[in-house]
Amino acid sequence: MPILPVILWTDALIYLLLAVVAGFVWYVRRHEHLRAPWWRVAQTPAAMSSLVVLAVFLMLGLLDSLHFRLALPAAPGAQAGTAGTRELAYAVDVKSALDLLLASIANRPERTYSAPLATRAYAKETVEVQAGDGTPGKQVRDYPRLKYGGAHLQDPDRDWQSDVLRTAFRGLALALPIWMLLSLILVAGCSPRERLTARDFWREVWRGEAEVPWRSILITLGLLLLVAVPLVLLSARYHVLGTDKVGLDVLYLSLKSVRTALVIGTLTTLVMLPFSVLLGIMAGYLRGLVDDVIQYFYTTLNSIPSVLLIAAAVLVLQVYIETHPGLFPTAAQRADFRLLWLCIILGVTSWTGLCRLLRGEALKLRELEYVQAAQAFGVSEWRIMLRHILPNVMHIVLISVVMDFSGLVLAEAVLSYVGVGVDPSMISFGTMINAARLEMGREPMVWWSLASAFVFMLALVLAANLFADAVRDAFDPRVRVGGSKRFSREIA
Amino acid sequence: MYAYIVRRVCYAFFILIGVNLITFALFFKVNTPDDIARLQLGVKFVTPEAIAKWKADRGYDKPLLYNEKAAGASRFTDTIYFEKSVEMFRFNFGSADDGRDIAYEIRTRMWPSLALAVPVFLVGMLLQISFALMMAFFRATYIDFWGVVLCVIMMSISGLFYIIGGQYLISKLWNLVPISGYAGGFDALKFLALPVVVGVIGGIGSGARWYRTIFLEEVGKDYVRTARAKGLSEAVVFFRHVLRNAMIPILTGAVVAIPLLFMGSLVAESFFGIPGLGSYTIEAIQAQDFAVVRSMVFIGSVLYILGLLLTDISYTVVDPRVRFE
Repeated sequence: MPILPVILWTDALIYLLLAVVAGFVWYVRRHEHLRAPWWRVAQTPAAMSSLVVLAVFLMLGLLDSLHFRLALPAAPGAQAGTAGTRELAYAVDVKSALDLLLASIANRPERTYSAPLATRAYAKETVEVQAGDGTPGKQVRDYPRLKYGGAHLQDPDRDWQSDVLRTAFRGLALALPIWMLLSLILVAGCSPRERLTARDFWREVWRGEAEVPWRSILITLGLLLLVAVPLVLLSARYHVLGTDKVGLDVLYLSLKSVRTALVIGTLTTLVMLPFSVLLGIMAGYLRGLVDDVIQYFYTTLNSIPSVLLIAAAVLVLQVYIETHPGLFPTAAQRADFRLLWLCIILGVTSWTGLCRLLRGEALKLRELEYVQAAQAFGVSEWRIMLRHILPNVMHIVLISVVMDFSGLVLAEAVLSYVGVGVDPSMISFGTMINAARLEMGREPMVWWSLASAFVFMLALVLAANLFADAVRDAFDPRVRVGGSKRFSREIA
Repeated sequence: MYAYIVRRVCYAFFILIGVNLITFALFFKVNTPDDIARLQLGVKFVTPEAIAKWKADRGYDKPLLYNEKAAGASRFTDTIYFEKSVEMFRFNFGSADDGRDIAYEIRTRMWPSLALAVPVFLVGMLLQISFALMMAFFRATYIDFWGVVLCVIMMSISGLFYIIGGQYLISKLWNLVPISGYAGGFDALKFLALPVVVGVIGGIGSGARWYRTIFLEEVGKDYVRTARAKGLSEAVVFFRHVLRNAMIPILTGAVVAIPLLFMGSLVAESFFGIPGLGSYTIEAIQAQDFAVVRSMVFIGSVLYILGLLLTDISYTVVDPRVRFE
């Protein structure tokens, strides 16, 4: 099917980020002293387990960043002969690769709420009971059958339990061979490099004696598969995590939220990184008036309570969008622009911490012999900053980037609650929680949206935190980066 | 030392002017009052007369920085910048879009905010420090390890879930206290109990972990080794020497947060229906009331700068080695 690729602003930045990371990896691989701390990270079991989880989230996010518009099917009246010359028409709504993958669960909307794995709706409705002989029956208040959830069951009251259990067990049984296949690939791939027979390598892995903690990685993978495969099988027939107010599958919403969280967590730092690095190093190395001005600048920005600055900036943006409707033709573009703006303004409020750290480090480095030697040789100031200071503060930059990630993901949820987060039409953990919160008072309680947002967020943030800790310990355990601390203190 | 403090105060004042200029630019230059008026009156079908009237009612119909029509000093005072921004330095905030006096609202709403924020701050800090102390005392044992694991898990949970979980468990399931609301006098205790508990629990994860690193840093220092070499027991070393010295960075670090307690907490207050400054701010943001948001930005900055100032002063009081350059 022909498609028209659409590159949203955040997509472009994500591709750029990928390119930067790829370049960084290539650079690190060629330098022994840069490889060493990463090797220490690779030897930490907790870090590698969380890396597996993060990789899964990352894949979801990347799939969700490939946007395009599908071509509309030819009008039924169009003649076959003119089809080749006809202008292709594209659908208005922007889809992503993830949408296509999840089409089976995304395109099965129910009418409204339904509990996880339910076959009947959440609320009673008036349904018509058909009498056996085809005459119109009487009207009864009952829980109607769902349109899609468990629609294949003849008698849900009788078959539901056995069907769910059977499918789940089939999933568990299927997860095992997949896991074994992955383990086999690992052994086949790694044992020659380690100069071990497959059996010896496997024994080493299983006893936890391998240098890279393959055992933890495999266990994490196994647990993920044990959860994911039954989920996939069940989601073909049921709404595994229930549906929300407008009947959308909650599993679909949760998976789509991942991209928003990742974008906020990574692009925010990426957007402001050049400024904070440049200004921090300049302030520390050049000192004097430059230092005073830069310090004044970041103290001033820092003084404004970040939530309020974000709120003010988002209000400003809202006014801008309302008064310039021509710039944003589709809802997706508007939501995307708002997401980008949120990243920028979050970056503005959070870059000062890194800037201050870098200034302090540059102040220390400029007194060292190798910098003085460079000065004595008449190397220009900019060159010293670029060649001698910058490489030696990169570890601080790296640590603060990974440490900030989890705080930003959490901040998104709170900001969306305050009403200054992502666009209300954009699927994110914040909007999910916000929508679910309004239904707290219902009886029985609508808990599934909250629970799924909770589980997905916890998995993402916990993995990010553990990984960030390992990175910090490997690079410099003394650096105190408390990016998320101000947020939590101010908001909670 | 007094010269140092005076210099810091002057610097703080300069920063405040910077904040003032930034907010002015954000609210009046990037978005002109016309835009705001159009948004308030509904974007479509707005007549120029309606916008002019809206602006005149709220005093937005003057020039931004320089009034050519006026004479003398009022060329500068009869402008939006002077009336809306400079007046803030006198804590004259004008009125909100619904006509109420902002300064009055702030004065009355300050107390519920404090009633929630002060207990959360004090109890929370006490608990965090005790927990951190326990982990640091039993460092490199299973207690420490699982304590850190617990901290990391707790700080990975969004604050929203603590509130929702607390409301569900304590108010709905166990029916101990009302879900939300507020009343004056001693009735307030009933309404404040849950928010305080939730606020304290929500802060333990990151706080305890943070304080633990401070304690551990202190444990590694030379004077601790000396104290052990003297033959002091580990408990004495820890609680007499390490604890006291670690309190210096902990307390000076906490000082900056104290003035901000006035602002209340945005999310908790609006979740629990406490009529404090936090919920006032959120309501203003949701109603797009720029006058209130502007005032709260200004007050928040003033309080933060005050916190920085107090931090500077507390350093000089606590640690005599600080140099006044």
